[in-house]
Amino acid sequence: MQVSKEELLHIAKLADLEINENEIDNYLANLEDILNFANIVNNAPVEGLDITIGANEAKNVFRKDEVKVFTDNESLLENAPDKDQNMFRIPKVIE
Amino acid sequence: MDITELTVHELQEKLKNKELTSYDITKAYVDRIEEKEKDVQAFVTTLENEALEKASKIEEERKSGEVGIFTGIPIGIKDNICTKGVKTTCSSKMLENFVSPYDATVVEKLNKERIINLGKLNMDEFAMGGSTEYSYFKKTRNPWDLNKVPGGSSGGSAAAVAANMVPWALGSDTGGSIRQPASFCGVVGLKPTYGLVSRYGLVAFASSLDQIGPITKDVYDSAMLLNIITGHDERDTTSRNIEKKDYTKALKNDVKGLKIGVPKEFFGEGINEEVKEKLEEAIETYKELGAEIEEFSLDIAKYSLATYYIIACAEASSNLGRFDGIRYGYRAKEFKDLKDLYRKSRSEGFGEEVKRRIILGTYVLSSGYYDAYYKKAQQVRTLVMNEFNKAFQKYDVILTPTSPTVAFDIGSKSNNPLEMYLADICTVSVNIAGLPGISVPCGVDKKGMPIGMQLIGNKFEEETILNAAYTFEQKIKFRENYKPTFRKGEK
Amino acid sequence: MAREDYEVVIGLEVHAELSTKTKIFCSCPTSFGASPNTHVCPICMAMPGTLPVLNEKVVEYAVRAGLATECTISQDSKNDRKNYFYPDLPKAYQISQYDKPLCEHGKIEIEPSTGRKAVGITRIHIEEDAGKLNHDDFGRGSLVDLNRAGVPLIEIVSEPDLRSSEEVDLYLRKLKSILEYIEVSDCKMQEGSLRADVNVSIRKKGAKEFGTRTEMKNMNSFRSITRAIEYEIDRQVDVIDNGGKIEQETLRWDEVSGKTFSMRDKEDAQDYRYFPDPDLVAIKLSDEYIENIKNTLPELPESRKQRYLTEYKLSEKDANIITSSKYLSDLFEGASKICNNPKAVNNWIISDISRILNETEMDPVEIPFDSKQLAKLVQLIDKGTISSSIAKKVLVEMFEHPRDPEDIIDEKGWVQISDEGAIKEVVLKVLENNPKSVEDYKAGKEKALGFLVGQAMKETRGKANPQMLNQMFKEELK
Repeated sequence: MQVSKEELLHIAKLADLEINENEIDNYLANLEDILNFANIVNNAPVEGLDITIGANEAKNVFRKDEVKVFTDNESLLENAPDKDQNMFRIPKVIE
Repeated sequence: MDITELTVHELQEKLKNKELTSYDITKAYVDRIEEKEKDVQAFVTTLENEALEKASKIEEERKSGEVGIFTGIPIGIKDNICTKGVKTTCSSKMLENFVSPYDATVVEKLNKERIINLGKLNMDEFAMGGSTEYSYFKKTRNPWDLNKVPGGSSGGSAAAVAANMVPWALGSDTGGSIRQPASFCGVVGLKPTYGLVSRYGLVAFASSLDQIGPITKDVYDSAMLLNIITGHDERDTTSRNIEKKDYTKALKNDVKGLKIGVPKEFFGEGINEEVKEKLEEAIETYKELGAEIEEFSLDIAKYSLATYYIIACAEASSNLGRFDGIRYGYRAKEFKDLKDLYRKSRSEGFGEEVKRRIILGTYVLSSGYYDAYYKKAQQVRTLVMNEFNKAFQKYDVILTPTSPTVAFDIGSKSNNPLEMYLADICTVSVNIAGLPGISVPCGVDKKGMPIGMQLIGNKFEEETILNAAYTFEQKIKFRENYKPTFRKGEK
Repeated sequence: MAREDYEVVIGLEVHAELSTKTKIFCSCPTSFGASPNTHVCPICMAMPGTLPVLNEKVVEYAVRAGLATECTISQDSKNDRKNYFYPDLPKAYQISQYDKPLCEHGKIEIEPSTGRKAVGITRIHIEEDAGKLNHDDFGRGSLVDLNRAGVPLIEIVSEPDLRSSEEVDLYLRKLKSILEYIEVSDCKMQEGSLRADVNVSIRKKGAKEFGTRTEMKNMNSFRSITRAIEYEIDRQVDVIDNGGKIEQETLRWDEVSGKTFSMRDKEDAQDYRYFPDPDLVAIKLSDEYIENIKNTLPELPESRKQRYLTEYKLSEKDANIITSSKYLSDLFEGASKICNNPKAVNNWIISDISRILNETEMDPVEIPFDSKQLAKLVQLIDKGTISSSIAKKVLVEMFEHPRDPEDIIDEKGWVQISDEGAIKEVVLKVLENNPKSVEDYKAGKEKALGFLVGQAMKETRGKANPQMLNQMFKEELK
């Protein structure tokens, strides 16, 4: 499996990760290694098999539409790196 | 008497007979941590003072009335399980200062039993790794040889139990992260059936594979800790609504007529000869105990591993999106705009291995590759489940090595991700199929490093594998014969 | 080529906020207007380790919407993650539905000037809303409020069956009224609980292939949608006529300049990496479940309209207007039952109430009085307590400072004067002050009577009973 540098950088962008120029070769090599190995799934005898999403067969697990207020509101913002007026501050977003 | 040598069921006896108080026990562990932590490096956060304070309070309660059977027993908790008011770091720079606003369901259950938290245990960052070398904070050492890894990702939990720094611990297992370190550290590690234990409050690595489970000194303790943490939870829709069981009742010390299947593919290429030998001895032991052993073919291991990495990384790439430096966690110091804030915070906050897996996971989900990798892997998942289903029509238990090798040297694999992944070959298919699996020590190699045996059961049949493990343990008496030495072996 | 040479093709993706008490995946309240980050919990804040649990009402409401739009309800559905980074999306993925929506293949009928037609509904799926970005007053950045994060939505995707802004307008109004009737959404457009993404393309008449489409996102007013579509059609015609090519892109409609602007550069092409959410289990609805919901579905606008034609003898036009909104329709039926004068109630709704709604750009749901109060107003006229001209003033007051019509006329002193003595006094006074008109009348100028009555009304500030005035003037002038 050959992965191009452009492809790697596109993927990194989707994942919002920065890859420095000097890391590219290493990432590419690892990714190709792992993908080559992972490719074996394409040899598995899975003709006609359904996909499995989770490891259990449960269905229709729902919650009642009843309000429960989380009381310790303060703790929800305690970890924020930057906040103001009970909101999270981020760099200006131009829409 | 060395208190920290005792199992939890032994501690319970002594508490009941008033030979010991919760304070004595907690104090003994606090002292032991003080003594051993510099060598073992198992904890990210220790809670000595809080634990002692709580123990004193519990002693007061004990004087004034009835208390529960686990009241005042200490524990250690893997640092990816949320604890209110105490840091939960996932051994990542990203969450170095993160304090959860709530308790995980399993932590609520521990609190309800008045179990005392001694601290949060080291792990591979976000549970991604098999050696605990990928912790941002420290490298945990194997108590049997301080130059070797304890395994991972629950390396801190397994090492702390092996070193008697906690009487028992909680770990989490996505592809072997409880069983493999238990095997490397000569302790008992159980990964329950997917859905038996609530995942609410377990920081997700791969949601369809993750499961919390006990790491203990012996099988009886494992059954007891399982008793505490199981139970339906409305906050986790994948948690199954089934009747609660007392797993200690299943420990009958009898395996006569038990049908054990031994899949030959798990004993082939890549499995260390000494590991194979000890497993063959274990099979002999089971025969002596009256179990029926049969070799069979379970030709899924090679697909399982690839499937595991595709599914786990795909889910992880999405699960770890929330770490963006906005509401909590690491935020880069310098950034020019929002995009830059995201990219820098995530790139600086996550370690190499985590980023590698996010990249892989993003790749296999991206358009053009989804069908070839992710969708295929989900089909293989069905195949793996079908194969296990077939096997369990014939056998009660499937027996394999837990890991192809014993604990390896620190630094020997950390630069080769693929080689590290291959070490999970024996454990991942259990997670793929959502089955319960337990690792119990079955001996040591020539250098004195522990070897683990894995017993796999059918869904929600923890009782069967616990009894099989217990009966084996009673026979070979591993803990009486071998103890960690804290030596520094040659590299 | 002229615009007439092109066929316009429009498809809509409408997001309607469901009126459940709690969010889609956690138990936080959904009510509008709370102070920032107070309707939040670890789950909708995407704290590490939290898990979603689906609100049963969300499934029920979506199924109701599906049944009301003649969709097939899927018996094998699931939730998927749509992955992208944006600060209003705390998990960095939106839980939505990708390849197995709850409802598919429905339709809604509309009656444009070109004749009745059905607009296909491709699908209806459930998903969660995002939070809100506020702008810091001091320009030091943006502030994230997650109260809206996790509020349940249904997305209703239409087939590209719409051919004009008129059809879009009718489709949207019909859809809105259906959602109101089945009580799954309050459809308050100003609060953003109903908003549409509009996909527009054009092709030469007779062409089989669709043209390249552009998308305008998050439009929440009928007026803007019509204007934006008209603008966008002209723009596309212009581009093509000048030999240009339409770029597939997302546009932003700017209400002030009346133009659309490109939002994202093409370089940022999205790849949402949809995959099934492993935290949630499959949704497999039984026949019984679906049948139960079908049986409890309330009467839909089409059926009410037919009933109004026969039962209340309303004109087709009036019945259309009234049934276009559940609130108007409920107001009409409620008030008619109480005052037993459907004709008058109909007139009030069609004329004065509709006019005020139009002028103030108010949605019927925001009408601040109920059917009892409207009925009371009609009864007050019927009993002669107030004149219909006073009643118009009372209605304005009921909109502006809502309270009972009786309280209004009491406070304002608007009760009609029907006391003979009082009226006689006014009549005599008016006669004394207007000798010229008296002469004119006596000289045979009938018109002068009208003037005198007008003067008397002025004197009583409109409160005098006009019939009594007329009669009394005639008597005095005999």
